[in-house]
Amino acid sequence: MSGSAPTLRAKSMPGLPGAFYDGWVVTLRNLRRMTRIPEMVVFATIQPIMFVLLFAYVFGGAIPVSGGSGGVNAYREYLLPGVFTQTLAFTTGTTAVGLADDLHKGLVDRFRSLPMARSAVLLGRTVADWIQNIFVLFIMAVCGLLVGWRIHDGAAKAIGAFALLMLFAYAMSWIGAVIGLSVRTPETANTAGFIWLFPVTFLSNAFVPTSSLPSWLQPVAEWNPISSTVLALRQLFGNPTGYKDGLPDVFPMQHPVLTSFAWSVLILAVFVPIAVRKYRSVST
Amino acid sequence: MAAITAEGLVKVYGSGEKQVRALDGVDLEVPEGTVLGLLGPNGAGKTTAVRVLTTLLTPDAGRATVLGIDVVKHPHKVREQIGLSGQYAAVDENLTGRENLVMVGRLYHLGKAVARRRAGELLEQFSLTDAAERPAKTYSGGMRRRLDLAAALVVRPPVMFLDEPTTGLDPRTRIAMWDVIADLVKGGATLLLTTQYLEEADRLADSIAVVDHGKVIARGTADELKTQVGGERIQVVIHERDRLADAAALLERISGAPPQVDERTRELLAPVDGGAKFLVEAIRELDAASIGIDDIALRRPTLDDVFLSLTGRAAEEQPQDESEGGRA
Repeated sequence: MSGSAPTLRAKSMPGLPGAFYDGWVVTLRNLRRMTRIPEMVVFATIQPIMFVLLFAYVFGGAIPVSGGSGGVNAYREYLLPGVFTQTLAFTTGTTAVGLADDLHKGLVDRFRSLPMARSAVLLGRTVADWIQNIFVLFIMAVCGLLVGWRIHDGAAKAIGAFALLMLFAYAMSWIGAVIGLSVRTPETANTAGFIWLFPVTFLSNAFVPTSSLPSWLQPVAEWNPISSTVLALRQLFGNPTGYKDGLPDVFPMQHPVLTSFAWSVLILAVFVPIAVRKYRSVST
Repeated sequence: MAAITAEGLVKVYGSGEKQVRALDGVDLEVPEGTVLGLLGPNGAGKTTAVRVLTTLLTPDAGRATVLGIDVVKHPHKVREQIGLSGQYAAVDENLTGRENLVMVGRLYHLGKAVARRRAGELLEQFSLTDAAERPAKTYSGGMRRRLDLAAALVVRPPVMFLDEPTTGLDPRTRIAMWDVIADLVKGGATLLLTTQYLEEADRLADSIAVVDHGKVIARGTADELKTQVGGERIQVVIHERDRLADAAALLERISGAPPQVDERTRELLAPVDGGAKFLVEAIRELDAASIGIDDIALRRPTLDDVFLSLTGRAAEEQPQDESEGGRA
C-alpha cells in the first residue's frame, strides 16, 4: 500500500455538529446527483410549469370564484396557492423514491457501516428535496405571475406564506421518508409515495371551495392539512378565498395560518421519530 | 489477539412455520493479520454473519467483537475500525468515482483536503484514474467492484469485510480482483471474506470456515479441507461398459486408491495427488490397454465436493430470503 499517513484515522463526530456535518455531506451528494440526471432536472422544471398552465387555462374561466379581490384573473388567483401546495405535497413521493433507491442499491448499508450520524441519511435526503422544492416553488411563482396571479398584501406576508408552505413541504417529506424505508423498492415507493396524495390533495379547498363538496365530506376537507395551508396562503397573498359568505365556522378555516403551522409541527413530531427508528433497524 | 470473534451468534427471521434461522450458533475467530474465508452456498448465512459483524444487524443471541470492541454495545467505535465492501457494489452511480471516494472520506471525518488526497491515491491504486471524472454508472462491473473496494479502504481500516467480492464477475476480472485483494492483505490487515468458490477461498484465505444453514460445519486450512474432500480427481468416461473393471484396476495402480465406478454412465472417478502428471499417465495407459475414452478430465474439488463430503448432499441453492439482504 502506498505511503501510510497517520492522518488517515476515522474519527467520530459526536452530537449535533456531527449530525449537521454528516447531514450536509449527504445533502450535497443528493443535490449533485439531481443535477447528474438530466431527466430529473427537466421534469422538476416542467412539472410545476405544466400544473400552473393546465389549471390556469383548463379550469381558469370555468369556475366562478368569490371572496377577495375579483376580476378576470379571480380563479387563477384563487388557484395558484392550491397548485403550489399540491405540487409541494408531492415531495412525499420524491423523498420515498429517493430513499428506497438508496436502500435498494445497498448505499444505505455503506452509510450505516461508516462512523457517521445515524440521522444523516434522512436529514440529507429531506434537506436536498427541500432545496429542490425552493427551486420548484420559485418556478411556479414566476409562472403564476405570468398568467395573472398576484401578491396583494406586501412582501412580509408573502414571505410568511412561502415560509409556511416550505415548512409544510418539509413535514410531508418525512412522511415520504417513512414510506421509502417501509417499501424498499423504488418501484413500490413510486406508487405508495404518490397515490394517496391524489385523494388527499383533491379532498381539500385546493381547487374548489369546500362549501361545494357534499356536506358529509366538508368536515374532512376542512380539517385536511392541505386546506388550512392553501387557505393560509390565499389570506397571506391577498388572493380570493372562494367563500362568498365568509369563512366556514370551523377552527382550521378560521385560523388557517395557525392550523397549517400546527399540522406541520405535528407531522414532524410523529414522522421524524418513526423514520429514525425505521432507519436504525431497516435491514433487520 | 483475535481481531474478530463471534460466539454463538443467532439471527432468526420470521416466525412460526416460515421461521428461518439465518444464523444458528456461529462461532468464529480470526487472528489479527490473517484472512478467514467464509465458504458456503447462497442463503447459508454468510451475508447475515457479515452484517452482524459490521453492526448493520443486531443478533438475537450471542456476542461478537471487532478488535475487542463489542459490536452490539459500541457499534460506533466498531465502525471506525472497519471497511465493508458488499456483493452489490454500493457506490452512488450518479457520482463520479472521485466524488464517491471523497464523500466516503468526509463521512469518516478525514477533512476535505485529506479526503481528496486519499481519493486520488486510491483511484491510482485501483487503476481508476482515467475514469475518475466519469459517473460510476458508466463503469463496467469490474470497475464498480474496484471502486466499492476502494471505498472500503479509505481509512486503511485494520479490519475489512468483503462480502462475495467476485460474485458475478467474469473469470478474467475475478482473477484481477484476487490480485488486488491479495495485495491488500500483504499490508497486514485482517480480512473476513465470504465466497461461494472454494478456489477463491483457497487462493486468498489462511483458514476457511464452511457455513451451511447458519452453522459452521467445518473449519481448517484449504489444504485440510481438500484432503478431507479428496483433492483432485481424474474423471474418465470409457466407451465400452464391459471394460470398466479393467479401467478401474488400471486407475487404481496409478492413483493408489480404488476409483468410484458408475456402471450406468460408464464413469470412473479416481483421487489423485499430483495433478496433470497422472492425467497424462492415465491417458497413456488406457490407450495402451486399448480402452476407448469418451471423456477424460482432471477435476479440482469444488464447493459441491466439499458439501458432498461434509453433508452427503450437494450445496443446494436456497431461495433468497431476507437473510441475504432482501434485495435480490
